[in-house]
Amino acid sequence: MKFFVMAKTVLRNLFSAPATRRYPAIRRPYYKNTRGSISIAVDQCIFCGMCSRKCPSAALTVVKAGKKWTINRLRCIACGYCVEVCPKQCLAMGNHYSASVQAKTEETFSHA
Amino acid sequence: MSKKTIIPFGPQHPILPEPIHLDLVVEDEKVLEAIPSIGFIHRGLEKLVEKKDFVDFVYVAERICGICSFIHGMTYCMAIEEIMKVEVPARAQYLRVIWSELSRLHSHLLWLGLMADGFGFESLFMQSWRIRELILDIIEETTGGRVIFGSAKIGGVRKDIDAKTLDDIVRKLDRYAADIREIAGVFLSDASVQHRLKGVGVLSGADAYALGCVGPTLRASGVAMDMRQLGYAAYKNINFSPVVETAGDCYARCSVRIRELYQSIDLIKQAAGQMEAGPLEVKVSGTPKGEFFARTEQPRGEVVYYAKADGTRFLQRLRVRTPTFANIPALVKVIPGHALADVPILVLTIDPCISCTER
Repeated sequence: MKFFVMAKTVLRNLFSAPATRRYPAIRRPYYKNTRGSISIAVDQCIFCGMCSRKCPSAALTVVKAGKKWTINRLRCIACGYCVEVCPKQCLAMGNHYSASVQAKTEETFSHA
Repeated sequence: MSKKTIIPFGPQHPILPEPIHLDLVVEDEKVLEAIPSIGFIHRGLEKLVEKKDFVDFVYVAERICGICSFIHGMTYCMAIEEIMKVEVPARAQYLRVIWSELSRLHSHLLWLGLMADGFGFESLFMQSWRIRELILDIIEETTGGRVIFGSAKIGGVRKDIDAKTLDDIVRKLDRYAADIREIAGVFLSDASVQHRLKGVGVLSGADAYALGCVGPTLRASGVAMDMRQLGYAAYKNINFSPVVETAGDCYARCSVRIRELYQSIDLIKQAAGQMEAGPLEVKVSGTPKGEFFARTEQPRGEVVYYAKADGTRFLQRLRVRTPTFANIPALVKVIPGHALADVPILVLTIDPCISCTER
């Protein structure tokens, strides 16, 4: 039976640099693979609605008639399934998280 | 003769990461009986299988639990693959082993932290989670998510780990093993920790087996049962024997999990060494028809996925038996006779994962 086994670790932590970052002064680099948020190159979109049919959390709405692609960022679980099924490959998964919001709004994209 | 009182424990309690409720019948400081109630976070995910395409359901299966997510997704895929007679490529099998073990590493480190917090050792808790964060970085680098991997797929895996990254991971894990050894010393030999864990919540091997315990809870009582012995994924090619302790108390359960950390690192190294280049997935076409029980080992124990399909795009039935559900009877069995102050430790030693349990 030993006493103060943790003492060495505690002392070392006391005199070494902190394990955490001084965010936001020092930002954490994202990995290439990090699933952050979905973006769309809407010019290439054919509004087939495949992404909205496959979306596990029903975060996407596609209106073919009005040529509108809508994402509810608060519902999106960033699984990347829409990117995988998109026939035109106009959806992409960015490795940055989407910005925080002040209201529960949806983002709509359509042909300019 | 003192009076019996019922003290509610949970669903919100400082030591509980998720809601479970116990009614503790106490006399003075001694607990006479524990009556559990669950169902606070039932989401009906098993029922959802009737409305979700079986290919898309992988994403839902993976979100049954926030800690052992990859193994949930993988087990679901295994069940469907078996029904559809799909042969998963060897490289995908090895990648599944690597990700399963990474998930075990981060889950056990999470548990060690919660346990340290449970017996009031704040700095040890922080130190455990500091190491866990490094494992989460590896997971994020290879799969894109910190706890939700999203890399399991029917017929294989979605992502690959290139040779350089894999070398880096193996090298990093060697370094982390040294860090783990440092905190393991505190858990296993410090007098104050032993005082809280040794001889508390003793569960005999016969009891553990009869109550249907799984995972570290069972293995700490001397029963060498681990689903990885079945040789699913690439475990059949890997040298593996279950970690077993015999004392059956909280200390033994803690010790099993710590030794499994080293074992997971070893398994990842073995898998990385044996893995050869090859395809990541096979194309799956058609619909499943038939039924299958898939069993795998999660950090908390054996998980069983029963899938029944009738040849349409939607499964008829999906049933998930999660490890925590199997371990609750053991918890109810060990609590009586202990002091009220020991209940948090006892609840934590089965590593309760309630969102799994209630789905």
